[in-house]
Amino acid sequence: MIDLALVLDNLPLYLRGTWTTLWLTFASLALGLVLAVPLGLARTSRNPLINGPVWAYTYFFRGTPLLVQLFMIYYGAAQFVWVRESVFWPLLSQAWFCALLAFTLNTAAYTAEIVRGAVQATPRGEIEAARALGMSRALVLRRIVLPSAFRRALPAYGNEMVFMLHGSAVASTVTIVDLTGAARIVNSRYYSPYEAFLTAAVFYLVLTFLIVGLVKLLERRWYAHLRPRPG
Amino acid sequence: MIRRLFVVAAVAAIGLGAAALEAKEWKKIRIGVEGAYPPFSEVGPDGKLKGFDIDIAHALCAKIGAECELVLQDWDGMIPALLAKKFDAIVASMSITEERKRRVDFTDKYYQTAARFVRKKGSGIEITKEGLKGKKIGVQRATIHDNYLTDNYGDTVEIVRYGTQDEANLDMLAGRIDLLLADSIALLDGFLKTERGKDFEFVGPELRDKRWFGEGAGIAVRKEDQDLKKLLNDAIAAIRADGTYDKIAKKYFDFDIYGG
Repeated sequence: MIDLALVLDNLPLYLRGTWTTLWLTFASLALGLVLAVPLGLARTSRNPLINGPVWAYTYFFRGTPLLVQLFMIYYGAAQFVWVRESVFWPLLSQAWFCALLAFTLNTAAYTAEIVRGAVQATPRGEIEAARALGMSRALVLRRIVLPSAFRRALPAYGNEMVFMLHGSAVASTVTIVDLTGAARIVNSRYYSPYEAFLTAAVFYLVLTFLIVGLVKLLERRWYAHLRPRPG
Repeated sequence: MIRRLFVVAAVAAIGLGAAALEAKEWKKIRIGVEGAYPPFSEVGPDGKLKGFDIDIAHALCAKIGAECELVLQDWDGMIPALLAKKFDAIVASMSITEERKRRVDFTDKYYQTAARFVRKKGSGIEITKEGLKGKKIGVQRATIHDNYLTDNYGDTVEIVRYGTQDEANLDMLAGRIDLLLADSIALLDGFLKTERGKDFEFVGPELRDKRWFGEGAGIAVRKEDQDLKKLLNDAIAAIRADGTYDKIAKKYFDFDIYGG
């Protein structure tokens, strides 16, 4: 049977864990998105000097597990004395910073490819029309290409947000007490894996529904012109 | 109808037969070990398990006359895995505590050591309520040391929990934490005596309070396996008596690990 008292006793721990999961996920998503837009545009470039490095970056971060990336940053970097004596050590010695860095680089790689796909799918006619009206390249990008690319990218990006939320569970492997970390503490104290992880699962489900709902709201706004109109 | 009865009877007979077999004969004992807790349990460079726990497990199986199958299991899933019958006994330096006894049964102890703090040489950290205030202390999750810290210093120190003792040692080396708390022998042989641990030292008294540190390390079995518990207890007494235990202990320690 499920021991509800055990769950209730540890609710504060779970709530603190939820907060950690939330800010880690959304901070890395926000930073990742800021990185991903220019990177995604660079990927559409025909110049190999611009395209190539970004391709290598996204290939690496999409081709290796998030857990391995986090371990490389957290344990790997700490192995070298020169890293420990560098100016970055005060940050790199913090578990939260290592997690934020790994998550940001990871989600930026995935999002950059989403942006690339969406930008490349822009109908040529729209760009030609904008150019014919005398818009500069930057203006075409700002007024025509990016707005419609963001619309097309939204469903895929919604998935990426959910993946990032679930992926953030690996933070618990480097001493961070996120939602999964809280569950592991409860599990290890009471030897009740079922209660411990089921509670975390319920919290994750709620967070996922919130993200999915948020994307739905955005879709309603951004796709308003596509909805059938009454009358 | 008759056919159905027959099937039911046959299934029941098979079930009983299997249960009887399981209860009587221990031809093969599956033993959960950790493999990340030197010098008691570690995976050698050749990929083979070695250490005090491993040798003791093999010696006990040999005494019982059963085949030993060692199963690697992460520490914090150890007791759930035993209860889920992934293996039949835990030989992983598990301290016998009241909390754990609620879920599993323990044999008599097979060794007993104290817990101690480790600090960086020259850090000057003292083990008092005041001296520990705000310090980061690394500890292996779900251990007696974790419980001791949580219950005694939970509100004044920052407890940093790790999956294995090795990971905690790595972060101590990297300077991410100020202190370690763990079994004194595991710290001595697994860290302080090694090349990596030369800048670190013990600090504070040996901790032996029974309420947290239990009565020594025992072998955990499921509560229903009383026959296995008896076999293991007899085997522990036997290897203690015939010198096998001392021979194994001498391989790893230059003092009496069994304790008083």
